[in-house]
Amino acid sequence: MTRTESTLPRWVFVMAAVGAGFVLLPLAAMTTRVDWLRFGELITSESSVAAFWLSLKTSGASTLACLILGVPMALVLARTRFPGQGVVRALVLLPLVLPPVVGGIALLYTFGRRGLLGATLEVMGLQIAFSTVAVVIAQTFVALPFLVVSLEGSLRTLGQRYEVVAATLGARPTTILGRVTLPLVLPGLLSGTVLSFARSLGEFGATLTFAGSLQGVTRTLPLEIYLQREVDADAAVALSLVLVAIALAVIGLATRRAQVIR
Amino acid sequence: MTSGSWLRLRATVAERGFDLDLALEAGERLAVLGPNGAGKSTLLGLLAGTVRPDSGRAELGGRVLFDLPARTWQPPHSRGIALLAQDPLLFPHLSVLENVAFGPRVNGLGRAAARARAEHWLSEVDATNLAGRRATELSGGQAQRVAIARALATEPELLLLDEPLAALDVSVAPAIRRLLARVLAGRTTLIVTHDLLDALVLADRALVLDAGSAVEDGPTEQVLQRPRTRFAARLAELNLIRGVAVADGVQAGPDLVLQGMAAEPLTTGEPAVAAFAPSAVSVYLDPPHGSPRNLVAVTVSEVEQRGGIVRVRADDHRGHKLAADVTPRAAAELDLYPGREVVFSLKATAVALYPA
Repeated sequence: MTRTESTLPRWVFVMAAVGAGFVLLPLAAMTTRVDWLRFGELITSESSVAAFWLSLKTSGASTLACLILGVPMALVLARTRFPGQGVVRALVLLPLVLPPVVGGIALLYTFGRRGLLGATLEVMGLQIAFSTVAVVIAQTFVALPFLVVSLEGSLRTLGQRYEVVAATLGARPTTILGRVTLPLVLPGLLSGTVLSFARSLGEFGATLTFAGSLQGVTRTLPLEIYLQREVDADAAVALSLVLVAIALAVIGLATRRAQVIR
Repeated sequence: MTSGSWLRLRATVAERGFDLDLALEAGERLAVLGPNGAGKSTLLGLLAGTVRPDSGRAELGGRVLFDLPARTWQPPHSRGIALLAQDPLLFPHLSVLENVAFGPRVNGLGRAAARARAEHWLSEVDATNLAGRRATELSGGQAQRVAIARALATEPELLLLDEPLAALDVSVAPAIRRLLARVLAGRTTLIVTHDLLDALVLADRALVLDAGSAVEDGPTEQVLQRPRTRFAARLAELNLIRGVAVADGVQAGPDLVLQGMAAEPLTTGEPAVAAFAPSAVSVYLDPPHGSPRNLVAVTVSEVEQRGGIVRVRADDHRGHKLAADVTPRAAAELDLYPGREVVFSLKATAVALYPA
């Protein structure tokens, strides 16, 4: 298919190029500072490896939590109408714009020892604050809106027409969800999942506030990088590069899969 | 109304000014006509279960679909009512065969049995060769064929058609209309349409809705020939010539045989009707020589200027009042005036034949 020539003015291209440079230049600048001779040694130190695995595990768990909670939230927001829906949607999206450190404080006063639910949880023998579970909670809190927004958009674009047809063919609500709705919004669901995984992986402020920084327990890669920067700048740069590589791999994988599905 | 009807619906939807009482016999095919906003979609929604009335009751085959405000409400999936929309809406992530097998599968049929049922219905709509394709690889006409098979594969107790031919190319619509006429025979069906031909070919009975209420109801031809409302009258501008089916068309007089496209097979000797639009008629002063077209000798009774066209009304001396649309220039060149003898000429492809 031939594309129509654009009518964009030339200065738009100039500004777009400046914008692209603004994003890419810092990444390039960082790679020039990598100490390649010690790279392997730096990223395989005991604390780095511990942070790396902790990050993957907690981000995986929080992505799963986002799916379990976020898919129903997106479905309800996209497919029903109820009084105050606009307010509910705005509040659900709040973590998107809230400074993460504020989110961490809010979580502390919910699940912390003196928090709203903390006392009850303690009676049940559960201490959440400053544990690995706290890391997962903090990541889920900040990443959830990404999944909800992305999936709700896909659901609205899809519309309800296929679902109505499936119902008149005799499909029950759960069957429609599993065999029609979710397969048809798979690209949106996938990109939402990737976005929330990436957001979880990069989470810093809420984690530090609510979960602290204990090696192997709550010190994820971003926390480790921040800590190393004080001690050994080379290690911080090397680990940063690892995070960039993971991010690129995740994005590449997701866009490739989305194209296959389309 | 009869109490033993197969379908009985009585419902009001205040918000849309909808108030209707409707009964349908088993095997009856009802065309629902009416201007935009008349309540046609509301009626479909009430039956399919996507619109909840303020009050009313509906029964299908002895089962209660809803009874409000008594709080009885069957959800769409347990109503046994299939819907065929203007858009085929085939599931894009499934193959053609999987689309048709979807209904049987979700209704509890095993994989093999559902597959066999799907293959049966694909052959009924002459689409067996499409079975392995993805739903997104079909043309509009092919997709609608498959959608018909998918709707029928659930063996619905009532079939709802929502302008099933409106989105199709004019070159494809006649074949699909013929297919529908064949597979709908004896099947309780409700067809919402804007097209008179759909009503004539696919339905036994016509209901005209206006502002949420029924304004005309009766056998399709009767509604169209003795229209009591402006909407039905405007629809009825289609020319109808009655006669008897013969080998090559419809015989409407000793020297008049109309050739056309039969929507369903005609039985020779049975009453039949030829239908054509005023815009399909060409007007001549003398019969053109050697023309393969249908020719009808008429006397002009009225010439009426209507925007960019001229509507010529004429009488064929056999009791048929016919109309033709010509350009103002043609009307001037032909010097048309009431009482003038002219010939109406019609291409056979523009004439629809159907059993009366």
